Amino acid sequence: MNKKYDIIIVGGGAVGLTMAACLARFDDSLKIAICDKNPFIVPVDSRASALAAGILNIFDAIGIWQEMKKLSNPIEKMEITDSGEGDISRPLFLQFAGNIAPDTPFAYMVPNVVTIKLLLKAIKGKVDMISPINIRELKSDEYRARLILDNNKELSADLIIAADGKESLLRKLAKIKTNGHSYGQSGIVTTIEHEKEHNNVAYEHFRPNGPFASLPLLGKQSSLVWTEKTKNAESYKNMPHNEVEPIIEEIMGANLGKVKIVEKVQTFPFKLQIADNFITNRLVLIGDSAHAIHPVSGQGMNLGLKDVAALVQILVNARRLGQDIGAHNVLESYQKWRRFDVILMAMMTDCLVRLFSNDIAPIRIARDIGLGLVDKMPFVKNYLIRHAAAISSTSGEVPKLLLGQAI
Amino acid sequence: MGGTTINKEEVARFGAIAKEWWDEEGKFKPLHKLNPLRLAYIRQHILDNFSLDTKNVKIFKGLDIVDIGCGGGLLCEPMARLGANIVGIDAAKRNIEIAKIHAKEVGLNINYRAMSVEELAKGNKQFDIVLNMEVVEHVNNVPLYLKYCAKLVKPKGLMFISTINRTAKSFALAIIGAEYILNWLPKGTHSYDKFITPEEISKMIERENMRIIDRSGVSYSLLNDEWHLSRDMAVNYMIAAKKTV
Repeated sequence: MNKKYDIIIVGGGAVGLTMAACLARFDDSLKIAICDKNPFIVPVDSRASALAAGILNIFDAIGIWQEMKKLSNPIEKMEITDSGEGDISRPLFLQFAGNIAPDTPFAYMVPNVVTIKLLLKAIKGKVDMISPINIRELKSDEYRARLILDNNKELSADLIIAADGKESLLRKLAKIKTNGHSYGQSGIVTTIEHEKEHNNVAYEHFRPNGPFASLPLLGKQSSLVWTEKTKNAESYKNMPHNEVEPIIEEIMGANLGKVKIVEKVQTFPFKLQIADNFITNRLVLIGDSAHAIHPVSGQGMNLGLKDVAALVQILVNARRLGQDIGAHNVLESYQKWRRFDVILMAMMTDCLVRLFSNDIAPIRIARDIGLGLVDKMPFVKNYLIRHAAAISSTSGEVPKLLLGQAI
Repeated sequence: MGGTTINKEEVARFGAIAKEWWDEEGKFKPLHKLNPLRLAYIRQHILDNFSLDTKNVKIFKGLDIVDIGCGGGLLCEPMARLGANIVGIDAAKRNIEIAKIHAKEVGLNINYRAMSVEELAKGNKQFDIVLNMEVVEHVNNVPLYLKYCAKLVKPKGLMFISTINRTAKSFALAIIGAEYILNWLPKGTHSYDKFITPEEISKMIERENMRIIDRSGVSYSLLNDEWHLSRDMAVNYMIAAKKTV
């Protein structure tokens, strides 16, 4: 089984699978393997992700968006409120509405299982799927990258792409350090059913303990991403649902009426973590293996898929020029393209979390004035919305796939 | 009698230098940086001049290409990946040994030969494409050299030339800048009087039945650390020419 590939992708999550599907789509001569320590099956996962319009263009390019769309719910409006502990009213400070183009809402809520299922179908027969495997060693030289497995067998390639998540094994094997900190906050994630229609509106309530977001799913359901101090989060998780429901209603105000928790309540600790390097000898990090950020801005998965769009474009172009796709210069152009964007997004998110996760009166007044001002400036809002939709960039070029263009 | 004629110590020594040619952060860094631009230029003109199937990844399949002064094989390897029948020649035997080792390691089939262009031109073999990149400024008797190069091109075939212009700006940038200030190139890499203008080259190759199809400047942006095509041919430039008969 000592097989040689052009590219090996490690990690069978949404980011790794999308990478495989895009590479196969834009260069069918590539020999690609994707491997994972777990079998390739659709996991039990009740979560959904808010995917920006630009990101959805990637799925359109690999031919699965129309299927995804049937099971996804558009977000046509975002409403942002800010409230202190014990406030009854939910003052509305900022709202974004409208589509970025006719019939193109700026984001959709896509159930994670739908994404994975369709991606697995898309790569079937085009990519070697190897699982379960245990990687023991990463052994690369200037000519190729090698993975040594637990059974002493070896997989080699011109390039290895690590998409193996926050705790990336490949990043550790490559001795790439990370930088960052824990927020002392956790996300409580669950799904609620509610009395009133959500009208495709996403709500974000900024509260002293952290932001609380409800994102519209199909029917009268919404996905909650509720940030709390880690110890509070754990206690909410262990409470009976009928005791948590009134708390949710209180936080959300009257918008959605009575609520009922319909999925298991899960918690995830939040942290900011950015790899010191996104590349090393014949290895490139994408998605959470390169960067994990606080989900307040809903950018985690979108950021990972933007990595995919940029890297696919770079690798396909390099192949067309006959370049070695694992060459340092090729990988360096990915790092240059993505690292600044990621750090900027991490800094903006970090500021947002710090700014909103407190109840100090002067700071509250200042941020409310800030949000109120933004609400009155259409060009700023337009910029923010295009940015949220991932079709504009603060730094450099936007990957072609995000603009719906062929590579 | 069995065994091998390969001298292991020699191979090891060449292997060490091979690493230098292929070290993207080393002595040849500027050439590595320049490579994508040269490749894109060559690819586009070949596509425009030969009817090729762009869907095929081995887009140069069936084309005979020779790279003159191939060095460690920085251009030969991409041409081989794109499917060309590629011959790389270099007068320095050492370079050829290096190039051979590297091609073998990465699994590419390239015909490397230690010889001069006049030796190659003595035969009858002609090529669809002759690559003549960053060589002109290092040879003696440029008109004769270009005569041999042109002889190697098949009728309707292409020749690509890239080199450095002879201007005050090129003196300042290519010699003072690249060799003394930026330390991009070893001092003494270039000598000003060997630089040659696009007009001079054009005249010389037109005499050999070659028609100029493009002349482009190659400029470096310090800000983006990137090379790009430009109208400014005062320093680096490339020429694409087509053999008329």
